[in-house]
Amino acid sequence: MGNVIGIGASPRRKEDQRFLTGRGNYVSDIKRPGMAAGVFLRSPHAHALIRGIDKQAALEMPGVIAVLTGEDVAADGLGSLPCGWGITDARGVPMKEPPFPMLAQGKVRFVGDMVAFVIAETVEDASTAAELVKVDYEVLPSVVGVLDAVRPGAPKLFDDVPNNICCDWELGDKAAVDTAFRKAAHVARLSLVNNRLIGNPMEPRAAIAEYNPGTGQHTLWTTSQFPHVVRFLMSALVLKLPEHKVRVVAPDVGGGFGVKQFHYGEEAVITWAAKRVMRPVKWVASRSECYVSDRHGRDHVTEAELALDEKGKFLALRVKTLANMGGYLSTFGPNIPTNLYGPLLSGVYTTPAIYCNVKVVFTNTVPVDAYRGAGRPEATFVLERIVDVAASDMGIDRVELRRRNMIPKEAYPYQTPVLVQYDSGDPIGCLDGALAAADVKWFGTRKAASARSGKFRGLGFSTYVEACGLAPSRFAGRLGARGGLYESATVRVHPAGQVTVLIGTHNHGQGHETTFAQIVSEKLGVAFENVDIVFGDTDRVQFGMGTYGSRSLVVGGAALSKAADKVIVKGKKIAAHLLEASEADIHFEAGKFSVAGTDRAKTLGEIAVAAYVPHNYPLEVLEPGLEEQAYYDPVNFTYPGGCHIAEVEIDPETGAVTLVDYTAVDDVGTVINPMIVEGQLHGGIVQGVGQALYENAVYDESSGQLMSGSLMDYCMPRADHLPMMKVATHSTLCTHTPMGVKGCGEVGTIGSPAAVINAVVDALAHLGVTHVDMPATPNRIWRLIQNASLPIAAE
Amino acid sequence: MRSFAYHQPNAIPEAVSLLAEQPESRPLAGGMTLIPTLKQRLAAPAALVDLAGLPDIKGCSNGNAVVTIGAMTTHAEVASSPLVKSQIPALAALASVIGDPAVRDRGTIGGSVANNDPAADYPAGVLGLGATIVTSAREIAAENFFFGLFETALKPNEIITAIRFPVPLSAGYAKFKAPASRYAVVGVFVAKTATGVRVAVTGAGSGVFRVPQMERALAEAFDPTAIAAIKIDAEGLTSDIHADAGYRAHLVTVMAKRAVATALGAA
Ligand SMILES: Cc1cc2nc3c(=O)[nH]c(=O)nc-3n(C[C@H](O)[C@H](O)[C@H](O)COP(=O)(O)OP(=O)(O)OC[C@H]3O[C@@H](n4cnc5c(N)ncnc54)[C@H](O)[C@@H]3O)c2cc1C
Repeated sequence: MGNVIGIGASPRRKEDQRFLTGRGNYVSDIKRPGMAAGVFLRSPHAHALIRGIDKQAALEMPGVIAVLTGEDVAADGLGSLPCGWGITDARGVPMKEPPFPMLAQGKVRFVGDMVAFVIAETVEDASTAAELVKVDYEVLPSVVGVLDAVRPGAPKLFDDVPNNICCDWELGDKAAVDTAFRKAAHVARLSLVNNRLIGNPMEPRAAIAEYNPGTGQHTLWTTSQFPHVVRFLMSALVLKLPEHKVRVVAPDVGGGFGVKQFHYGEEAVITWAAKRVMRPVKWVASRSECYVSDRHGRDHVTEAELALDEKGKFLALRVKTLANMGGYLSTFGPNIPTNLYGPLLSGVYTTPAIYCNVKVVFTNTVPVDAYRGAGRPEATFVLERIVDVAASDMGIDRVELRRRNMIPKEAYPYQTPVLVQYDSGDPIGCLDGALAAADVKWFGTRKAASARSGKFRGLGFSTYVEACGLAPSRFAGRLGARGGLYESATVRVHPAGQVTVLIGTHNHGQGHETTFAQIVSEKLGVAFENVDIVFGDTDRVQFGMGTYGSRSLVVGGAALSKAADKVIVKGKKIAAHLLEASEADIHFEAGKFSVAGTDRAKTLGEIAVAAYVPHNYPLEVLEPGLEEQAYYDPVNFTYPGGCHIAEVEIDPETGAVTLVDYTAVDDVGTVINPMIVEGQLHGGIVQGVGQALYENAVYDESSGQLMSGSLMDYCMPRADHLPMMKVATHSTLCTHTPMGVKGCGEVGTIGSPAAVINAVVDALAHLGVTHVDMPATPNRIWRLIQNASLPIAAE
Repeated sequence: MRSFAYHQPNAIPEAVSLLAEQPESRPLAGGMTLIPTLKQRLAAPAALVDLAGLPDIKGCSNGNAVVTIGAMTTHAEVASSPLVKSQIPALAALASVIGDPAVRDRGTIGGSVANNDPAADYPAGVLGLGATIVTSAREIAAENFFFGLFETALKPNEIITAIRFPVPLSAGYAKFKAPASRYAVVGVFVAKTATGVRVAVTGAGSGVFRVPQMERALAEAFDPTAIAAIKIDAEGLTSDIHADAGYRAHLVTVMAKRAVATALGAA
């Protein structure tokens, strides 16, 4: 018998046994009898008309089974890929929502857009056949950047979308903001670019589809963060299949970061194709293919203004952003730069008036959607950068300016001017914790030491608040969500007392199998090793919205906690019967149901036996069995927050930036497993550092080709790019989630880009540098230094 | 990848005749460049002739103030070779900063030199040290070997068997790495030899090149300050998403200074 391992412990991760011993079961590991191979033919052009497709030569090749194109899709009357959010402009006009066909219909809109699906006996045959498919393209002028896309006369992606603007969205009280600006003692201004990113989960996307003519059942194995949502969107809206005839399995998935939380065309095409050819079909993306087909992230151009009074109190914030959507609307696309961005612009500050306008723009690039943080890192970057600009403009210390404007702990719950109400938080506590941990007091000494070796040293601060735990369904519905955002969990107590949990979230690296088992172990007093977590299969798990937006523990964990409570409630009824006591006198603790004030007790195991072998059981009033299910719809978002401090050193000769120290103090609410939280923070911070210093998806402006289309050209951060990080939590408890949890999946990514760039700007401040765009590459920094020191050189 | 025939000869003449018989064939060394090219279907040779089974083209030896490195010697072997480390430490250092450990464990000096990637490290060491490329057919001086952008003096069925490096008085290599690939944005190899100073630059242009102006300045005073003011013309240098030509030109001077400093430290 193992032990209870509960909340606050750091056991080794259950899932690591299989991952570290090569026993994982990923989509590409799966083989089905008679399986054929599929390859997507993708557009080499950013924008082109398809005049015709000649499949003859490909079809004649030995080993080729089928070549499917947009014409076949149209002939079968299939739907287009749905967008899960419908936003509206200031006047309530719905966004422009052009169809997103699963295979191109007459036109391609980005390099990587899918043109045909080739099925053959082997991947090699399918790849060769794909090269034989002759597509007659008429290449059109293309546009990749948002500034260019909205210019009059720019190439138009869709005939009925003027200026390529999908939606001109706004939030906040414009008039109040204008008034505040008129009264301001100072206005800080900043233009910035939030660079486009590519998620690069370690496992490339893959799918296998199979059709069983005997039962009419379709099965899709896919690298997805939300198999139930894929099943719903694909069956109900794209392929028009009855949902009960479709099973979607997302087995072990090697990282997601958002990239796998969309319904992709590949999933629909392969499911449809498997039935057409009556063979299981498998597709595994190459890394190069991922670069031009995985949804990208970020890509904003922003103008921000902050109005302050003479003491540095923030009076109002005005933000105007152009957000790149790419060639089509992906599942969450338009929601990210709007609902997950504008409402975060209040940050941890008491800014009374905020106005945000976002133009959501189509371009000839890969569709842009959620990537770890999704909207919230972008908002934090704008806010934390402009606070630094204001501090330097007004000659107020950066930390002091933040402190003056922070929401005091006592002011929670705090209603911001941009929709959301923070339930809890302690920004000043996080700030003080971080200042101490980062040894800010002695920064001057370190800077002087750097200067002696010819280096510039800089310190950067960032605070943030994140809205996560997506999401209260009704609230989200008002913002344009077309689905619910609750979560579900089933707790199945087996006759011998072990527990299986069936949960609608999806574990792809986060450690849910461990964290969720700890929750059950603690709540039911069951040994940690006697709890297994099942997820990722629509035939096993009742329902679920999946994993994204730091929601799994917050929403899924809450459903789990609720279901466990229901088990206890039923257990008490059974115990009351067995112990011949009144239900009200039964007390449950540490796995035992006891009669208050006596030593009479039954273990959960004994209760389970009674429930499944109901010989002595109140069958007249109670069903046998011990399995309970709960759905949980959150009452609010949760609001983790914190303070991050980065320290950098710059070599002025080369422009190279070295991140020499990093400190994070985060408020993530209750910590279930400190080791896992620390891991999430490390990973999140590294992804933010990646955005700040290394990562950049670059398109060629004239051809629309992705220039950074491989790991040789797109720089992912590596171990030797990073210092040892100091991460700590300073938690206040969430007031509305069952366990006080807030979520920690994205916090690292949200706080870090601004902290790093603020440090870089600080290191260059003596040269008059006030802003550095991301990524702060050596070339970019060197140019800034050159330009700044020109007058000196001229002396 | 397309299917191809695979041969593993165990004598050099056999390898050469296999290559000659099958015009669409290619030698395979560590495969670090060739295999990704095949996977991306950028090349589809009918046959690969694996050099791994050939005797006597692996390992480091010395004699007559010359270090000879067999073509199939991996970067990791060169980096850790006691012989190379004692005779030409700058060359061992160069090998130790190629790519990452996995690449260094597979990639070979012969493959790197034959491939002549404009951002590869070895070409700078080979040209900077005035090495000789020994092939299955002849000996070629470094001067006459590299033709810019993946072009070399090698004939289709000619195999590099070894590189012979004269031992310099002192040498240094400084590299500014591309953060993603770790190839050289700019790498400069500086060698002080009995006959003069050689400065060879990789990464900056379409192929490795020497900088006579720096060589003259360093011949007069072998010190970083001697070249600090020398500006390289950006004209003709590479501009890409990682670095513009002006920045690369600047880095040549910075890296050359650092290479000289290393050479002085190591001397
Ligand atoms: C991720 C990554 C990072 C890298 N970073 C660097 C770096 O920082 N610096 C650097 O210099 N290089 C770098 N490389 C290149 C690597 O170091 C190898 O040197 C290079 O791939 C070629 O060596 P190879 O042995 O793998 O040759 P292969 O890939 O087997 O062959 C390359 C070419 O040379 C030909 N060839 C091979 N051997 C011979 C021979 N003996 N005679 C004639 N022709 C031959 C082959 O036919 C082929 O055309 C990197 C590679 C990768 C994949």
